[in-house]
Amino acid sequence: MYPVVEDILTRNGHDPTRLMMILREVQAVFGWVSPDTITQIAAAVNRPRAAVQSTVEFYTFFNAEPVGHYRVLFSDNITDRMLGSLALRDRLCAAFAVRPGEVSADGLVSVDRTSCTGLCDQGPAALVNTRAMPNLSPERIDAMAALIRDRRPVAEWPADWFDVHENIRRRDKLLGHGLTPGAPIKAALDRGPEGVLAELSRAALRGRGGAGFGTETKWRICRDAPGYAHYVVANADEGEPGTFKDRVLLASCPDLVFDGLVIAGLVTGARKGMVYLRGEYAFLYPRLTELLAQRRRAGLLGNNIMGVGFTFDIEVHLGAGAYICGEESALIESLEGKPGKPRIRPPYPVTQGFLGQPTAVNNVETLALAALITTHGGDWLKDRGTPTSVGTTMLSVSGDVERPGIYEYPYGVRIHEVLDAAGATDTQAVQIAVGAGKCLVDTEFERRIAMEDASTTGSFMVFDRTRDLFEVAANFVEFFAHESCGFCTACRVGTTVNKRLMDKIAAGQGSPQDIEEMQRMHRHMQGASHCGLGSTATMALRDILNKFRPAFERRLLSTDFEPAFDLDAELSEARDLTGRDDALAHLAPAHARR
Amino acid sequence: MEHFFVLDGEKIPFTPGQTIMDAATTAGKYIPHLCYKKGLSAHGSCRMCVVKINNRHFASCTTKAADGLIVRNRTHEMTEGRRTSLQLLFVEGNHFCPSCERSGDCTLQATAYEMGMLTPHYDHFFPDRRVDASHPDIVLELNRCIQCELCVRASREIDGKNVFALAGRGMASRLIVNSESGLLGDSDFEATDYAARVCPVGVFLKRTGNYGAPIGDRTFDERPISSQAATASGADHASDVAEDERRALGEVATELEAAR
Repeated sequence: MYPVVEDILTRNGHDPTRLMMILREVQAVFGWVSPDTITQIAAAVNRPRAAVQSTVEFYTFFNAEPVGHYRVLFSDNITDRMLGSLALRDRLCAAFAVRPGEVSADGLVSVDRTSCTGLCDQGPAALVNTRAMPNLSPERIDAMAALIRDRRPVAEWPADWFDVHENIRRRDKLLGHGLTPGAPIKAALDRGPEGVLAELSRAALRGRGGAGFGTETKWRICRDAPGYAHYVVANADEGEPGTFKDRVLLASCPDLVFDGLVIAGLVTGARKGMVYLRGEYAFLYPRLTELLAQRRRAGLLGNNIMGVGFTFDIEVHLGAGAYICGEESALIESLEGKPGKPRIRPPYPVTQGFLGQPTAVNNVETLALAALITTHGGDWLKDRGTPTSVGTTMLSVSGDVERPGIYEYPYGVRIHEVLDAAGATDTQAVQIAVGAGKCLVDTEFERRIAMEDASTTGSFMVFDRTRDLFEVAANFVEFFAHESCGFCTACRVGTTVNKRLMDKIAAGQGSPQDIEEMQRMHRHMQGASHCGLGSTATMALRDILNKFRPAFERRLLSTDFEPAFDLDAELSEARDLTGRDDALAHLAPAHARR
Repeated sequence: MEHFFVLDGEKIPFTPGQTIMDAATTAGKYIPHLCYKKGLSAHGSCRMCVVKINNRHFASCTTKAADGLIVRNRTHEMTEGRRTSLQLLFVEGNHFCPSCERSGDCTLQATAYEMGMLTPHYDHFFPDRRVDASHPDIVLELNRCIQCELCVRASREIDGKNVFALAGRGMASRLIVNSESGLLGDSDFEATDYAARVCPVGVFLKRTGNYGAPIGDRTFDERPISSQAATASGADHASDVAEDERRALGEVATELEAAR
């Protein structure tokens, strides 16, 4: 029994739905979650020990094995790689004579990779004992190594190393909103729930998380679904490689997001809202919780909001490194303290979500927009966008551009307009979605960002002509193999088969059959996967393969079938026995006396 | 009013609330499956039972039957997809059918025969999985595990115990035992648990009474799995009884052997 663990458990009310937070705190104390702490936690939250172990082992940022006192995880997104992240990782490894993924002999340090940290506009980035550190350089790695050698606590490292910038390059109606905190709630109370729904309907607001479901419809279904409690959740688990808009929204206008969540609560009848914040953004946690406390003091949260007897509160839950938790049912499993595996649907979360109760899960950007629409009315966004994609969208621009950052544009903006604004030159390709796979080439730069043309969840990774698109595809394939939850056969094994095929081609051992195998796997996973991750995991690969096939082909050992062994060499024993070595004793003239 | 849907051209009656799999199995129709077992909650993870309805794919064990659905099951396309899923399962683990004690009683093997799987097709992963021989009656041969969670659900839903769980993510996903040491022998598992009998592969191996029925005379050696739709998944007790009988016979044989 560890008294410190007991303290953590008590502070979290021995609540199994707070398991993620409990594990996070335990790990912050010990550096890992040991078997005996798992036993203690399981008993306290009244769950089977194996269930707690399942949760620990599911998430990247929980360690079921001891790791270094300093754990440095380099962001492994392709844009970080383009900025030299792997060389920096190797430099740090060399400083401690440790191999990637291993703990140094003295237990001091372990160095590894992690999936995209959402700092693509200021990479290469890393997480040091879960703290985000952008803008790494060889000099900083050397300085870091010195601090680690001196065993200086991370809290004492230079504060400016941890500065995360917002890099907002273009503001439109959302980022330039100018509202005071709580103003949207006032508007919502004036309009009433039906009035809010009417404005959302007039605005035709669609969820910005990717699926594009109507927000008004979602809230209405949630409100009307029977349950002893209703919940609303802000999905701030953007793990899509190349996106960081949620990070910027939560840093630059958190009140607007909270207002949106309160309005969602008012409309659906929920009394509790949760922000599911991805573990990579833990640096935002203190500020967000402080802001929530301020809002309680200001009467914008808690009992009797704005004096009208409306009760609603918000908690921030931290994730722990799992892309799949952006899928709403996996996110809810995670909120319940379980591994983030997508549920069987139907039932949908909107009728049976958190603890089996009606739950509306909305993207951060959607909630901010809902707050704005509630305030200004449904027609307010109509002067922006296209007929089917109303309003603006936030693009996370990274890669080969002079000015990476966030660009808020009206829907319908052309690809080349964004490229020009960001200072992209000699662009070869733009990846505007990894999960949905869209890789656009220069002949497509006239296309528009909109549901009806080039849809994106905000990722906008730019590759100039010096880049090798095979490397890009390989990075995405690795990402999905790492992030597959493992629940279903097709995705768990299929993503790994693809990774092995890519490794084979990269090693110069590939043949056209291997490319054909990946195409086949694409078709298989489309139909046989349990959730969207599996059915879209091969889309980026397929798109790049179709548009940049030479990048794959020039790596192949042969453009024809290549056997694993040399047929003619197999005849050498027969040649020795017969004492012949003339041309006819060889399999083909080409092989003679080679 | 009678409810029915169409499965490969045949009318299948159902009662509202039933899944396609439940209704098909009740009607004696075979939809290939590994992670499904009547009486346990549906899981939908193996994806063997994926069928096509209106050009979309659905797992029949988790999809509710509805009037007038046109369900395509034993088509060339579906069989090909299932063969691929089977191949993925075969290369992910270490499956040694010729030497496995469960050969002939193994649903994975029988389904592979049924789907015409002739080769593993993909390169084997050869994972390094430990064998748990800590329990006096049952050896856990984790090399065969296909992560269907039937034992997890059986332990929880029938035995009321929670002995098993899956832990880890993606390829690191694995079956774990609910004990501090992680060993079966240190858990409250008993050989009489239902969880010991539901495994569709050869993870749960009995220490005694094996080979009562020789390979060649076993459940799926006699008739292909598709002709045993009702027994293989529905009235699983039938095959359990058969297995228990065989075990009893094996024990009798062993006793006779000893008496001589």
